[in-house]
Order: sequence, then structure tokens, then C-alpha cells
Amino acid sequence: MTQPPAAFSDARTRAAPRPAAVIRLLAPALAVVLLLFGGGLALGLVQSLGHLPAAGMSSLSLEHFARVFADPDFFKSLGLTFYLSLTSTLIAAAISVAAALMFNTLAGRSRAIQFIFQMPLTVPHLVIAVATVFMLAPSGLLARALQNLGLISSATAFPLLVNDPWGAGILAAYVWKEVPFITLMILAVLQANGAELLDVGRTLKAGRWQRFRHITLPTIFPSLGAASLIVFAYTFGAFEIPYLLGQTYPMMLPVWAYKAYSDVDLLSRPEGIAAGLVIAAVAATAVVLAQGLTQAARRRGAAL
Amino acid sequence: MKRLLFGSAVAGAVLLPFVPLGLWAFSLRWYYPDLLPEQWGLRAWAYVFGTAGTQLTEALVQSVMVAAVTAILSVAGGVPAGRALGLYHFRGKDLLSMVLMLPILVPPLCVAMGLHLWLLRMGLAATFGGVVLIHLTACLPYAVFVMWGVFSNYNLEFEDQARSLGASSIKVVFQVMIPLTFPGIVVAALFSFLLSWSQYLSTLIIGGGKIITLPILLFALMGSGDRPVAAAVSIVFVIPALAALAVSARYLGSRRMLGVW
Repeated sequence: MTQPPAAFSDARTRAAPRPAAVIRLLAPALAVVLLLFGGGLALGLVQSLGHLPAAGMSSLSLEHFARVFADPDFFKSLGLTFYLSLTSTLIAAAISVAAALMFNTLAGRSRAIQFIFQMPLTVPHLVIAVATVFMLAPSGLLARALQNLGLISSATAFPLLVNDPWGAGILAAYVWKEVPFITLMILAVLQANGAELLDVGRTLKAGRWQRFRHITLPTIFPSLGAASLIVFAYTFGAFEIPYLLGQTYPMMLPVWAYKAYSDVDLLSRPEGIAAGLVIAAVAATAVVLAQGLTQAARRRGAAL
Repeated sequence: MKRLLFGSAVAGAVLLPFVPLGLWAFSLRWYYPDLLPEQWGLRAWAYVFGTAGTQLTEALVQSVMVAAVTAILSVAGGVPAGRALGLYHFRGKDLLSMVLMLPILVPPLCVAMGLHLWLLRMGLAATFGGVVLIHLTACLPYAVFVMWGVFSNYNLEFEDQARSLGASSIKVVFQVMIPLTFPGIVVAALFSFLLSWSQYLSTLIIGGGKIITLPILLFALMGSGDRPVAAAVSIVFVIPALAALAVSARYLGSRRMLGVW
């Protein structure tokens, strides 16, 4: 779905009139975040620690976490989730760097291309998942095209790209969705402060690769890193794409967590929540790192 | 030449996935390995708005209602918070920005699972209100960030002037602040709407099969294997997403778009 915003530089901020006034302005938003989000996580933690009075469990223990961590399927899911999130993020980041450079030099002013380029940002995950099925499934458009070109003889000769062990369909869908976000984050930096330094590099007779390696890359690194971390966090916990495009075993962690949570056996519910908290912890860590990167870069930028 | 090549590569890569959606939605018969449907037709659309009309229209209305209420509440909370963040310096702002970003990025899955039992106890599970509440956890912080960006380019002096001319606080809010930040408010509302519109899992967990939104119906359709209908519903589902993008591109211009993301 829609992607998260970047932190803003505060050019015109003033000192607050009174702390109470600021708190009053922030109160509704903070109430929602602390009560619903914080409360939801806290209640989840309590339940995953075994406090489920409805099922006759009232003492706290690490038993459910222990059971999750003793489950080899959990680690298979965790490994698969890391592999798919990391791979899709890295592929998307590489494409984004190239796309941002090209946008900067080539298509800066074409509004139509800019609009088309941004389309994946708002397209719901579910829609791109459905489209990927129609495109890459054994009877999908790609297989039809290849057979019409005489490259494959039948649908069975088409490689498995959806519900496959390597998650090809999942990777394709995520990369499609993520590239515009990372590109826009890089582009913001490139357009703000890339040109002069590159001119200096050119005057000093730095070659293309040298300019990229020693000027462009360091300039974009903080935002590239932050954007990639954000995208990683998002893919690590998103549900629709792996649910529709993933194989039945092993599943990506969000699917595993939901399956456990919705199991008819009420006792596996706390295990689902525990897995959900593991996802939350990984995603939160990535977000905190991303914010750290952005804030460090902002401070360094302010010092220059 | 290079520019044209790059433009077509972008257009191709982005638009390609929509090709099979469009073909399926207007196909009547389309067997493997035909590249194009053997017979074209509007059966899927007739089904969507006719035969299964009530079910689909209900889901459509439900989706719009949930997303609209979520968007209104998100903007209501997002405008004041964005004002505080955009206009004032105060201690703990970096921490606060992190706290507000977490609900956008930490998947709603675990929050929904955690809240479910308690919403159940309060009689809010499987209700409209419960689903709005769970959507708010992500949508409201999102609106805060949009409004933060809007208010960091906001000039407080207009309000000072209005006040010095004797305008009351309420008048300042409605006749100065809201008109000046209106494009930003529209974008914040649109994107909160969209974020809620796209929610699947949190609706499923909290709505418990009682609150059927469009994505929930679409998942069921994918399970049933009726590709033309699933494609048609996908197209309906994607329209607000593209509309939101178009409006925000128009209101904010592409440079300002960056601040939104």
C-alpha cells in the first residue's frame, strides 16, 4: 500500500508558545497511537505470554514463545521471510539507483512519465498480487506469449513462478511496488544537492564511474539506506502478496502467524500472536535504524 | 532518443501488470494458449453490477464508508498534530516522529491480533466502529506526517495579522488556517482514505467476516477462480488509488509529492 513519509526539515519552526498548547494539539494523535497501537502490542504481548482467561490460562509464562522457537517450521518461515524481504529490497534498491540517475538527467520534466512512474505507490498490494497471478502463473499471459513465440511447447514447460519455492512472483510484485518509493527518496536528495558537486568532480577530471562512486553514492547513501530499511520493514510484515503468491510450505512469516492465529485450536492462537510480535520487533528495528540514518544525515547536512 | 527509450521502459514496466487485468475483465472465453481472449464480452461487469450486484455493491459501500470515516477522523487528528510538529520546536520531537512512524510501518497484523480480544469484550469486534479503530492506527499517523509537511511550509504571520484585525480563534482556524492548508488537507484525507481502502488483514481479523469490504470479497473471488470477475473487481478496487495519485499530483505538483511520501 501507500508508503511512509520521510521526516521533514523544519525551516520555519519557532519555539513553542507553551508546552501545554503543543500537548493539546498532539493529544488526539498521541491517544490513538498510544492506546490503539501501543495498547494493541501490549495486549498482544500479554496474550502471547499465556494470559488468556477465556481459555482458562491466567498465569504468565514464556511457554508460547518457547514453543514458537522450538518449531522448525517457524525458522523455515523466518528464513524465507528474511530471504524474500532482503532480496526484493536489494533488487529494488539497485533498480532505483539507476532509475533515479536516469530521471535526473533524462525525464525530469515529463509529467506523464512521472505520473506513470508513481502509480505503483498507491496501487493496493492485493491488486498487484492478482495481476502477478494473471501474468506469471503457468497459464498466465507470459506463458501464453512464450508459447505463441514457440519458445515453450506447453504450459508444463513454463517454469513455476507463482507459489514457487524461490518466491519469484513475490519478488516481482514487491520490486514493482517498491522501486518508485526508493527512487523518489533518492531523487529528492539528488535534485537538492547533487549538481554542484558533480560539476566540481567534472572540473577535477573525475570519470563517470569515479563521480558516481565518490560523489553520487555518498550523497544518496543515507536516503537510499533509510528508504531500503523502510521497504524491508514493510515487506517483512505484509500479508496479501505472500498469501496469494507464496507456496503452501514453508510460508512467509505473516502468513504463518495468521494461520496459527486463526487455527481452530485456540491454543495455537498465542503462538500466532507471538510470531506477530517477532515480526513487529524486526519491522520496528528497521524503522528505528532508518530514522537514525535520516536524522544523522540531517544533522551532518546542517553542520556543513 | 535516450529519453524516449527510458520513458517507454518506465511505462512498459509499470503498465504491464495491468494488461492481463484488462484483458481478463473483458473476456468471455479465453483458453490457453491463446494470447488474446477468443471471445470478448461484458459478462464480468454484468455479474459485478448485476447478478452479484447486491453483494458487490454492499462491499463497495462498506469499503467507502469505512475509508471515509477513517479519513475524516485521521484528518481531524492529523491537522492539529501536524501543526504542532510543523510549526514548533520542542524537546522529544525526534522521538515523537519515530513513535508516529512505527504504526505506519509495523504491520497491522500483530496490533489487530492483540486488540481483537479486547474489542470483542467491548462489543466492538465485528462492527463498523471496531474496523475503523484498527484502520485508524495506521491512517491517523499517516495523516499527521502529511500535515507535518504542509505546516512546515506554513506562514504563521497570516494568522497573526488576522488576529490583530480582531478575528476570533475560531475564525482564524476556519477562515485562515483551513483555507491556506486546504490542498494539504485534501491530500491527507485522500491518502488516509486509500490506506484504509487497501487494508485486508486487519479488516479480516477485527471484522471477523461480518464487515465485508472490497478486498475481502476480492480474496474470496480469487479463491473461487473466476478470473474475469476477479479482474473486474480489481479494476474497481484500483480506481481510487489512481484518482488519489492524480489529485495529489495536481494539487501538490510532483516536487511536493516527495514530501508526502
